Amino acid sequence: MKSSALQIRTPEGIVFSQTLAGPATRFLAWLVDVLCVVAVMSILNMGLRLLEVIDPSIGVAIMTLTYFAVSIGYGIISEWAWRGQTIGKKLLRLRVVDAEGMRLQLDQIVTRNLLRFVDMLPAFYFVGGAACWFSRKCQRLGDLAANTIVIRMPLIAEPDLDQLLTGKFNSLRQHPHLAARLRQRISPGEAAAALQSLIRRDEFEPVARVELFEQLAAHFRAKVEFPAEALDGVADEQYIRNVVDVIYRAGGR
Amino acid sequence: MIIDLQRFIASERPGWTELETLLNRFEAEPNLRLDLSGVQRFHELYERAAADLAKLTTFSAEPETRRYLENLIARAYGEIHETREKQRRFAPLTWFFQTLPQTFRRHIRAFYFSLAITLAGCAFGGFATVFDPGSRHVTMPFGHDQLRPSERVKKEENQTRKLDGNKSSFSANLMTHNIKVSILTLALGMTWGIGTIIMLFYNGVALGAIAVDYIADGQTRFLLGWLMPHGVIEIPAILIAGQAGLMLALALVGWGKRVPLATRLRTVSKDLMTLVFGVALMLIWAGFIEAFLSQYHEPIIPYDAKIAFGLIELILLCAFLGKSGRKSAPGRKQKTESIVQ
Repeated sequence: MKSSALQIRTPEGIVFSQTLAGPATRFLAWLVDVLCVVAVMSILNMGLRLLEVIDPSIGVAIMTLTYFAVSIGYGIISEWAWRGQTIGKKLLRLRVVDAEGMRLQLDQIVTRNLLRFVDMLPAFYFVGGAACWFSRKCQRLGDLAANTIVIRMPLIAEPDLDQLLTGKFNSLRQHPHLAARLRQRISPGEAAAALQSLIRRDEFEPVARVELFEQLAAHFRAKVEFPAEALDGVADEQYIRNVVDVIYRAGGR
Repeated sequence: MIIDLQRFIASERPGWTELETLLNRFEAEPNLRLDLSGVQRFHELYERAAADLAKLTTFSAEPETRRYLENLIARAYGEIHETREKQRRFAPLTWFFQTLPQTFRRHIRAFYFSLAITLAGCAFGGFATVFDPGSRHVTMPFGHDQLRPSERVKKEENQTRKLDGNKSSFSANLMTHNIKVSILTLALGMTWGIGTIIMLFYNGVALGAIAVDYIADGQTRFLLGWLMPHGVIEIPAILIAGQAGLMLALALVGWGKRVPLATRLRTVSKDLMTLVFGVALMLIWAGFIEAFLSQYHEPIIPYDAKIAFGLIELILLCAFLGKSGRKSAPGRKQKTESIVQ
């Protein structure tokens, strides 16, 4: 089955993954690029019309050559200048990279762009789309020849723990041995779920939010039983905050 | 066990930031070369970030920081482990007089194959014209099937002001059309060469059919005067595009080569780029000549002058592709010795 991520293992034994971009996202990026080429040509046309006043034949010739150069050169130049990105790819957070994680070379960019001529056949990138669909690494023929892949680059933002954990009194810390047991019993997946629920709390409907924190709190309360005075008057959401505080800030404030 | 994420990030962040800054510099300045201490520091930062990623993967569930580090490692990995020669500043003269002809000669067998397919097409087109005159509607492009060659020659020679005012646009159209056809011929190499072979054969058929039609009608001088000035560059350009397409196909098929597909394609990728740029240059020249010289016939330009011009171009092209960029004899000897060692 086709995977949406490409795993690369370095000689040091570290594995990192690249999220592959699907045909639909790539098609949208291509549409944006087509619009960019049309926009560039419209602007150039205005300037080139002045040449037609001097000599109509030279004006038409320069326009023909310019359109040809822009339509072919746009992908090559932008991907070379922006390390595997065009405007469309930037907008959709895509990037062309070497399939083995190496530095992207100019000849790879040229090859993948020139092979568009086959990928575009018979119309609307049918060949390229089909190749992409069946390829394990979601490569069109140009990518296959150039040994490149197109990856998705998710927004990378580090969690701001200071903002999430507002420095309120954490009753769980009054019982350090139980807090240590909690840290020990919680799996990485459970810790991430608690943290993510706090990070994304504003994205939920109010009722859904209450239900979510209720379920999470019940789950974590079952892990380690704290004395009643540590839980008195602590709402479910605050309880999860306290749990995250205990997990991610081992030393405390 | 969960590590203290905040303390971990706080202690390691300076190293990550330094690595990220260095990577940004590499991306902004492709010609940047670090000194030994710089390289050592870069390697140390990479190793440290890799170790941090390993720690995070094992001990922590924090996905954002892990993704950030994965991204950093992915970028640094390409810089550290890249073994291909770093692209130097582009030197157009060196590329034109050395790289292009050397690349052409390195893959001369693919060129001969491309030539053989075209000649086979020529033979087929020629025979078809002689033995099946009705086939001219299929084998001849550009409306050549509408008139007998002698009628066309008469018409052309009476047009003294042909293309006046349209030379530039005609030339531009020729250039762009021919370059597109050449790129397609190359790109069709991805169909295991079948598409490239069809393109070359079809070009040969059209060429052979037209040539035999003119020769049979006693218009050989006109044919040579019309085709040679631009054809001696244009036809080899298409053949070189076919050569590139066949190189791509050979890399794809990989007969007798025990290396992975990706490695085979990586090996020819740079040569394909060199050849396709060479083809584009040749077709730009051919486009100019076709619009500004080939379309003018006697009495404006004598056929002998056009044929002589074509011959000179052909000799120069052969000399360029065959001799340019060749190392002198001692140089070759030295290279052989170094390979033996």
